[in-house]
Amino acid sequence: MRFETPSTVQEAVKLLNDSSGITRILAGGTDVLVQLRLKLVEPELIVDIKHIDAMRDITAEDGGFRIGAAVSGAEMGEHADLVALWPGVVEAMELVGSTQVQGRATLAGNLCNASPAADSVPAMVAANAVATIVGPNGTRECPVVEIPVGPSKTSLGKGEIITSIYLPTRPENSGDAYLRFIPRTEMDIAVSSAGVNLTIDSDGVVTQARVALGAVAPTVVVVDDAAKAIIGTKLDDDAVNALQAACSAACSPIDDKRGTVEFRTKTAGVMAKRAALIAYSRAGGSK
Amino acid sequence: MSKIHVSTSINGDAVEYLCDPSETLLDVLRNRVGLTGAKEGCGSGDCGACSVELDGRLVCSCLVLAAEAEGKEVSTVEGLADGDKLHILQQKMLEHAALQCGICTPGILVAAKALLEKNPDPTETEVRYWLAGNLCRCTGYDKIIRAVMDAAAEMRGA
Repeated sequence: MRFETPSTVQEAVKLLNDSSGITRILAGGTDVLVQLRLKLVEPELIVDIKHIDAMRDITAEDGGFRIGAAVSGAEMGEHADLVALWPGVVEAMELVGSTQVQGRATLAGNLCNASPAADSVPAMVAANAVATIVGPNGTRECPVVEIPVGPSKTSLGKGEIITSIYLPTRPENSGDAYLRFIPRTEMDIAVSSAGVNLTIDSDGVVTQARVALGAVAPTVVVVDDAAKAIIGTKLDDDAVNALQAACSAACSPIDDKRGTVEFRTKTAGVMAKRAALIAYSRAGGSK
Repeated sequence: MSKIHVSTSINGDAVEYLCDPSETLLDVLRNRVGLTGAKEGCGSGDCGACSVELDGRLVCSCLVLAAEAEGKEVSTVEGLADGDKLHILQQKMLEHAALQCGICTPGILVAAKALLEKNPDPTETEVRYWLAGNLCRCTGYDKIIRAVMDAAAEMRGA
C-alpha cells in the first residue's frame, strides 16, 4: 500500500486515476481505517487529501456555506454561523459516532461511505446540498442526492474526488431538523431517520418543504408526497399525519438486527413528523 | 514495502519514527515509541481506549494512520502527570476508585482532559455525552463521572 499526501487537487486526481488497483481517499479516516483493519479492502493506494488547500475550510459563499471535504464534524459544530443557518445538517453530522470520531469524521466521508443509514445524508438531501467534484475531466457539481447509488456504492467515477459540499442560502423563516431512531441515546446507527427542511410565510403557512428518509431503502429516499402534504398548511394535525403516512408509504427497508421492516416503516414516519415540527419551530412558526 | 519517515511531537518531545503505510498511530505509539498507555480495545473506533489528542483534537489513535502524524502534536496519557505529580484527573480517579481493570482509564483520562480544556464547568449530562465513546465494562460509569466532576471543580478552584 502506498500513502500519498498531495498538496493540490489535480495531483490527487492524477494519483487516483493512474492507479490500477483499489484506492481510498483519506480525510477523517473513520470509515477507511475500519475497512483496512477488517481487511474489507486492501488498497494499493491511499490519498490523504488533508494537505490540499481549502479542504479544511468552511467558507461563506452566496449566502450559504461551502464545507471542505476534510472538515470534521466537531469543526462544523463549532461554526456558529453554519449552525445558525443549517442546524439540522449540523445536528445530523454531530450524531455520527463519539466525540473522538467527531474529531475526524467528515460530511463528505459520511456521504461517500454510502451507508443507507448515514446520518448526515438525509439532512443534506433535505437541504438541497450540492457536492463539488473534481476528476480527470475537470470540475462538476452534483446534487448530494445523486451520489449514493446503493450500500457502499457511489456514482463517483474513477479518479473523482468530492472537494466540498455546498449548503445553499435559504429564505427568511426557514428551518431544518434531523432525527433518527436508535434504541439508546448515543453511539448507535440509525434504525430509521428523517431530515426535514421547510420555509414558512409570515402567517406560518409552509411555502416550501423537502423531506428525506434514511435507513429505509438502499439509498436515501426523497418523499415528495410528504412535502406536498405540508405545503400550504400550518402543520396542523391532519397535515403532519399525512406527512407521516406518506413517509411510511415511501419506505422499502430490510429486516436486520437493528429493526424489522414493520418497525422501520412505522418509525421513519414518526421521525419525519417530529422533525417537521422541530423544523417548523426553528423557522419561527408557533403552534 | 518501503517505510515512511515521520517527524512529529509527542507530549512536547520531538519524535521520529519509521512506519509502514498501513500502521495506525496506536500501533506506532505502543510498538515503536514504547508508549503503552493508549490501549487497543476494539480497533474500530467504538471503545475509546486508544484516545489521544492530535493537534488538540480528541481522536481514536486506532483510526489515525501513523503517517498522518507528520508535523502534528500528539498528546497521550503519558503526558498528563508532571513527573511524579499526578494530574488532578488522575488523582481523582484514584480517590473515587473510578477504575477496576484499568483498560479504559487512559482513554478516559485523555478524553476528560480534552473536555475540561474546552468546558471547565460541564454538567453531569455533558460529561456523560462527551465520554459516551469511552466504554468501561467494570465500573458502571458512575464513579468515573463523579471523579471527572470532582476534578473539574478542583481545577476551577485551583
